[in-house]
Amino acid sequence: MISINYYIILSAILFTIGAMGVLIRRNPLIIFMSIELMLNAANLAFVAFGRSWEITSGKPFYTGQIFVFFVIAVAAAEVAVGLALIVEIFKTKKNINIDEMNSLKG
Amino acid sequence: MHLEPIYSLAPWLVFAPLTGLLINLLFSKRFKFSENMIGTVASLASGAAFVVSILLAYSVLINHGEMMRWRLAEWIHIGTLNLDWTFRIDSLSTTMMLVVSGVGTLIHIYAIGYMHEDVRFKHDEGRFSRFFIFLNLFIAAMMILVSGDSYMMLFVGWEGVGLCSFLLIGFWYEMDTLGRPSWANSDAAKKAFIVNRIGDFGFLIAGFLMFWYLGSFQFDEVFKAAPAVAQSAPWVIVAITLFMLIGVAGKSAQIPLYIWLPDAMAGPTPVSALIHAATMVTAGVYLITRSAPLYTLVPQAQHIVALTGAITALFAATIAVGQYDIKKVLAYSTISQLGFMVAAVGMGAYTAGMFHLITHAFFKALLFLSAGSVILGLERGHHQAEHAHQEKVKSKKKEVKNHGHEENGDEVFDPGDMRNMGGLRKTMPVTFWLYIVGTLALAGIFPFAGFWSKDEILLDASLHFTSIYWLLTIAAFFTAFYMGRQIWMVFFGESRTAAATHAEESPRVMTLPLVVLAGLSVAGGALNLPFEGFHNLGYWLGYTLGEVESLPLNPMVAGISFGLALTAILISWLIYGREPLKAGQVDPLKKPLGFVFTGMENKWFVDEGYFAVIINPFKKLSQFLADVIDWRFWHDFVHDTVILRTYNWLSEVALDHYADQKGIDAFANWLGTATQWISENVRKLQNGFVRSYALAVMLGVVLILGYLIFK
Repeated sequence: MISINYYIILSAILFTIGAMGVLIRRNPLIIFMSIELMLNAANLAFVAFGRSWEITSGKPFYTGQIFVFFVIAVAAAEVAVGLALIVEIFKTKKNINIDEMNSLKG
Repeated sequence: MHLEPIYSLAPWLVFAPLTGLLINLLFSKRFKFSENMIGTVASLASGAAFVVSILLAYSVLINHGEMMRWRLAEWIHIGTLNLDWTFRIDSLSTTMMLVVSGVGTLIHIYAIGYMHEDVRFKHDEGRFSRFFIFLNLFIAAMMILVSGDSYMMLFVGWEGVGLCSFLLIGFWYEMDTLGRPSWANSDAAKKAFIVNRIGDFGFLIAGFLMFWYLGSFQFDEVFKAAPAVAQSAPWVIVAITLFMLIGVAGKSAQIPLYIWLPDAMAGPTPVSALIHAATMVTAGVYLITRSAPLYTLVPQAQHIVALTGAITALFAATIAVGQYDIKKVLAYSTISQLGFMVAAVGMGAYTAGMFHLITHAFFKALLFLSAGSVILGLERGHHQAEHAHQEKVKSKKKEVKNHGHEENGDEVFDPGDMRNMGGLRKTMPVTFWLYIVGTLALAGIFPFAGFWSKDEILLDASLHFTSIYWLLTIAAFFTAFYMGRQIWMVFFGESRTAAATHAEESPRVMTLPLVVLAGLSVAGGALNLPFEGFHNLGYWLGYTLGEVESLPLNPMVAGISFGLALTAILISWLIYGREPLKAGQVDPLKKPLGFVFTGMENKWFVDEGYFAVIINPFKKLSQFLADVIDWRFWHDFVHDTVILRTYNWLSEVALDHYADQKGIDAFANWLGTATQWISENVRKLQNGFVRSYALAVMLGVVLILGYLIFK
């Protein structure tokens, strides 16, 4: 394996792009995709650290890779709920521009 | 001593009248006492005091004049001051007790009839009982005075009789003498009390000096300590005696404090008789007699006392010549006779002074009460005349004018004015004869009581003090003159008003006590006849006063005084009796005497003098102090201007405007403004934009991670 740094930097870059996407994009579907991107960045980091440990300790170590499954499951559930919300919002507002969702303005 | 039980009765001298007072006070309204009942209770109370006096005098007699003291209660025991309420029973005090309670009881009986008829009475039962309550209170206070064993107990009684004098003079407090609503009676009462108070001031100073230098108030201790002090510091004794003289001048109406007594005639006549003729005014004479050991140590003070008395005697006698009111003549006569008494005791003739005190009590009370009878007789006549007049007027169907006291237009009828009298000897014979007895006794006609007592005084004066002898003799001449004048004006001649024509005699309840007094006036001389073996009073008082000079009769002195009295009566007959005064005629002495008579008429303008010199300046001073100093300076300037405005400035400008508004309010307001600004700006965070919330979350994460990493 090449130095773990590269994997971490890639994970950071992916995370940052995902964060930027959440902050900048107006369409909630794109925001969800950006969230997925962030989660996947985290997955990459998990796997990278798991493998690095395996190499260092010499014994088989699968925790990193198993954790990715959990994250994917959570992501799936979250998207399901989120998409259901967006469908309902669209039914009411006929529009899913996130800038228009400001009824909780105080 | 088997007389112990009699001496233990001594407190009843005071408590018997007090009991009568309490019965009348508490029960007369509730049980609806009749007038007779009230008067009887009061007279019995006074009579009980008289009985006790007799018993006490008797016990002193059989004890050969030995003095007894009966202690009733402890009063003040502080440091070296020991005062007790102790009764002193000796010949001098029993003499006074007998006179006071005896004459007092007779006057109580007389008053029952008098007050019923008094025109101002209006049948108010409460007022009637109030009168007798005050009379009993007076007897009680006078008893305390004469039975006291120390100067302070004497002073308690002294003040008490002053109070009763005030209460009784101002008895009809809302009226004047004729029944019209006015301040006159209460003014007279106030005058009496205030002038008396000046005398009390003198007495108190004397008392303080006595305690300070002689160490006690009790009579025996004072008299024992006095001679030593008289040797070392004679001014002390002189000061004490002269200050006591001020007290005597106030109480016994000497110059310059006699002015209250003529005004005191505003009170009902029994009051004038009891207090201002027979008893209260004699308290001063009693005081000097009691203080004889002090006075004999300082002849200079004695001279002053005697001179005061003699001058007063002559002065008052001259005023009496010009008076028109029947009671005023008697009032000035009283002042004059008191002058005789004070002169007597001032000369050291204590027996003569006390003798004259006793006889004067008899005939002066007689004269006053008879004058009251005359006044009431005139009242009755006035009512009769009014009714007759109204019958006539009604029959003519004219408007009836004011029913009551009005006679000619707005002149109110004065029953005491001698110019409204005349010819009363036919309509009021009993009163007439009683008055004659009193007059002869007062004028000093042999063999009535006044002759003996006055003669004794003149005798002593002629032997020791010639100037005083002449003053007193001239005063005696005037005495006889004005009494003669009074007799001719009141009882002889033709009646000058309708009231006098219709005057009626007084009822028996009034005349009987007078008969008793008349008897005493006739026989009273027997108390101390100037013949060997008959000096009864001198011997009796000698038990207390030590040796007493008993003078035999000097036919020349007696003859001169008797002759002068007869001459005076003759002259008064020539002026007033031969051609009786007609109605409205001016007094025949007015033209020949001119301004002298005007002076006599107007009491030598003494009251006006007092007003001009003392009272008006005093009023001006107090007005000045009140208006200028109190109101304008203290109130307006210091308070309103200085203090108030400073305070207002302080609170309005300094504290309110600067400190409060600009300081604290500004800060508090700034707090509110700041909070508002913060909240406005914080509110902007909640804009409902999801993306801004997401940004916030990101930023927070970044910050925390940065902190954790770079820590």
